Amino acid sequence: MSRDYRSTALTFASFAFVLCAWEFAGRLPVSNAFPSLSATAVAGWEMIRDGRLPTALGITIVPMLIGVTISAIAGVLLGLATGLNRKVEWVGIPLFLVLQAAPLAAIIPMLVLAYGVGLAAKVAVVCIMAVPVIVLNSYKAVQHTPPSLLQMSHAFLGSRLQTIFKVILPAASPVIFAGLRLGTAAGFVGAILAELLISPTGIGDLITYHQSIAEYPQMYAAIVSVIILSALFLEFLDRLEVALFRPERRTA
Amino acid sequence: MTVVNATMAAGTAAVSVRGVSMIYPGPVQALQDIDLDFPAGQLTSLLGPSGCGKTTLLKIIAGLLEPAAGTVTVSGKTVKGPGPERAFVFQDFALLPWATVMRNVAFGLELRGVPTSEREAVAEKYIGDVGLRGFEQKYPHELSGGMRQRVGLARALAVKADVLLMDEPFSAVDEQTRRKFQEDLLQLVSVEKRTFIFVTHSIEEAVYLSARIVLLSPRPGKVWKIIEPKMPRELSPDQIRREPGYLDTVESIWQNLKDYVE
Amino acid sequence: MELYGHRIPMWASLGLWAVIWEIVGQAHVTILLPPLSACFMKLFEIVPTETFWSAMRITAQAFTLGMAVSILVGVPLGVVMGRSPLIDRLFLPWVSLFVSAPLTALVPVIMALFGFDETTIVLTVVLFAIWIIILDARAGSKGISPSLMEMATSYGATRWQAFIKIYLWAALPEILAGIRLGLVRAVKGVIIGQLLVSVIGFGYLFEIYSSNFLMEHMWALLLVLFFFAYLMDAGMGELERRIDYYSSVRG
Repeated sequence: MSRDYRSTALTFASFAFVLCAWEFAGRLPVSNAFPSLSATAVAGWEMIRDGRLPTALGITIVPMLIGVTISAIAGVLLGLATGLNRKVEWVGIPLFLVLQAAPLAAIIPMLVLAYGVGLAAKVAVVCIMAVPVIVLNSYKAVQHTPPSLLQMSHAFLGSRLQTIFKVILPAASPVIFAGLRLGTAAGFVGAILAELLISPTGIGDLITYHQSIAEYPQMYAAIVSVIILSALFLEFLDRLEVALFRPERRTA
Repeated sequence: MTVVNATMAAGTAAVSVRGVSMIYPGPVQALQDIDLDFPAGQLTSLLGPSGCGKTTLLKIIAGLLEPAAGTVTVSGKTVKGPGPERAFVFQDFALLPWATVMRNVAFGLELRGVPTSEREAVAEKYIGDVGLRGFEQKYPHELSGGMRQRVGLARALAVKADVLLMDEPFSAVDEQTRRKFQEDLLQLVSVEKRTFIFVTHSIEEAVYLSARIVLLSPRPGKVWKIIEPKMPRELSPDQIRREPGYLDTVESIWQNLKDYVE
Repeated sequence: MELYGHRIPMWASLGLWAVIWEIVGQAHVTILLPPLSACFMKLFEIVPTETFWSAMRITAQAFTLGMAVSILVGVPLGVVMGRSPLIDRLFLPWVSLFVSAPLTALVPVIMALFGFDETTIVLTVVLFAIWIIILDARAGSKGISPSLMEMATSYGATRWQAFIKIYLWAALPEILAGIRLGLVRAVKGVIIGQLLVSVIGFGYLFEIYSSNFLMEHMWALLLVLFFFAYLMDAGMGELERRIDYYSSVRG
C-alpha cells in the first residue's frame, strides 16, 4: 500500500516538475514561439469557452472514430485470417510487412489532392495508417498462441471454431489490443497530418492558423488538447480489453 | 518386484499399443516398434532418461501425435485422434489464464456442450476431490504451481474419461508439494478405478506410484523392461518410503538405467 | 505455401501484388494508381537528376543523425530506467504518453522553434524514433536475470562496469528490437517532417509532384523510399536473428 502511494506521488512529482519547467522556460522566455504553461492554459480555456476547441476536436475525432473502427474490424479479421490459414498468410503477410515498414504517410498528399479533405478521404487516411500494424499484430498474436493450450483444446475435443473462440482469441487479445493501440496512434498521426498538410480543418486548422498569425499560446493549447484526446482514447481501449477478454485483470 | 511381459491376455488391457514407431524430421527414430498393454484400473508409469520418447508415446496414445507406423487401441477402438475416453494432464498445466478455476476445470465439458449448471456441478465435485474447495473463483496466476496442477488434474477427471494420460505432471512442482500430491494421487487411483498412464523421469516417483513400470531405452525409444513393484499399499506413505522392497526396486532400476545416462 | 509439390517462398506473393497493381493501373480505375511499369520507367528518369540526389542526401543525413541521437540517448536512458525505480517513475509516464501520441501535431512546434530547415527534420526523426527505443531498452534491462546481477556484484564489479559489461549486453536482444521499431518510425518521421516543412529534400519534390498531379513521378519516388525502408527493416531483422542464441541461452 505504501509503495503504491509512493509511486503515485512520484508520477505526480514527475508531471509537476515538467509542467513547472515548461512555465519557467516560457517566462524566461526561451523563444517567443514558446509560451508559458499558464499562457497556454488561459488560451485553451478561452478556446473552450468560445467553443472553437470543442468544435475542432469534434471535426477531428469523427473520422478518427470511424476510421479506427473500420481498421480495427478489418485489421483484426485480416490478421486472424492470415494467422489461421496458410494460403491467406502467403498472400497477405509480405504485403503488410512492406506496407508497415514503408512511409505510407507519403501517399496522403495524393489521396487528399484527389479526393479532397472530405470525411471519406480522412477515414481512408486513418485506415491506411492503422491497418498494417493491426493486421501484423493480430497475425503474430495468433501465431504465438501457447502450443500447450492448443494441444489441450485438441485433447479435450474442442472443434476448430471452439478452439478459435475459446482459446486462440482470448490468448491473442493482449497482442491484438497492443496492435489496436499502435494502429490508433498511427491513425491519429495520419489524420492530423492530412489536416495540417492540405486545406486545413479541425485541430489541424487551429494549429496552422494560430501558427501563421504567431498566436503561439492558442497553437500550443490546440496541440495539447489533441494529445490529451488521444491519450484518453487509448485509455478507453485498455479498459475495453479488460472488460471484454481479461477478467483476471479486473481484480488485480 | 517381478518382471513381466509387455503384452497381456486379450480383454484385460484398457490400452494396447501395437508396433508403434515414430520418426521425427531429421530423421530421428523416436520410437521403434513398441508393443505394450496397459492394465485397466491401475497406474502404469513410462520411465526413462530424456530422449527415450516417453512423452511422444503418451501423446500418440492421446491422439495428439500420429505414429509413423502401428496402432493404438483403447477399449477395443482404434485411436485416430483425441477421444472422450481419454483425458490429458499437461506438464506445463495448460490452464487458461483468463478463466477461473471453476471454468478451467469445467472446460472439457464446456467444449462438449454440457449446460453451465450441470458442468459446474461436476467441476465442483472434482475441485473438492483434488483439495481445492474454496478456490473456485480464483485465477491461475493466484495459485501456486502445485495447486495449478491440481486444477489440471481436476479438469481431466471431470470429463469422466476411462484413461488418464499424465505427462510429467509434477516436474514443475517443488519437492514437498510433489510428495503430498503423490499421496493424494494414490488415493485418487484407488477411489476412481480408472486407468492412469503416467510419464516421469523420477525413479522414486514411478516406484512409489505405479502398479507397473515400463522402462524405455533411448535412441531409438524401445521397451527395455517391465517391472511390477508390488508395494505394500496398506502401509502409510512414510513407511513405504522406508521399506526395503521400495528402496531395492529404486536401486535396481537405477542400475538398469545407468548405462543410458551419459 | 505449396503449389504442385513445390514450396513457394512467402515473399513471392509480392509478385502477385505487383501484377494486380499493373492490371488496376492499366484499367485506369483511379488516377491515384498509374500502372507499375510506368512508375518503374519514371524511376530511370528521376534517379539520375541532381534534385533527386540532393533530396536523398538531405534525407539520409537527417535520418542518420536523428537515429544516432535517438540511440545514444534512448538506449542508456531506457537501461537506467529498467534498473532504477526512481528514474523509471519519473520518466515512464512521459515516455508512454509520447510513444503513442499523435506526434504530427508536435512537428509545427519544432518548426516554430527551429525554423524550416534540416534541424527540424532531424528533431522530427528523434521525436518519432526515441520513445520506442527507450521502452524496449527498459524492458530488456528489467528482464535481466537477478542471478546475473548478483554475479556481477559478487565478483566486485563497479556500477559503471556492471552497466557497460553486463546490463547493455544482457539487454541486447530487446535493445535491437527497439532500434528496429525505431528505424521504422524514423523513416515515417523523416518523411512526415519533410512533408510538413516542404521546402527541402523529398518534401520539396513531393510538393512539386502532387501540385502538378505527376502520379507516376510520385510513385517512382515512393518505390525508392519503400525499397530503402524495407531493406533497412530486413537488415535489422537479420541482425536480430544472428543474436537469437541469446534468448535461447537465457531461457
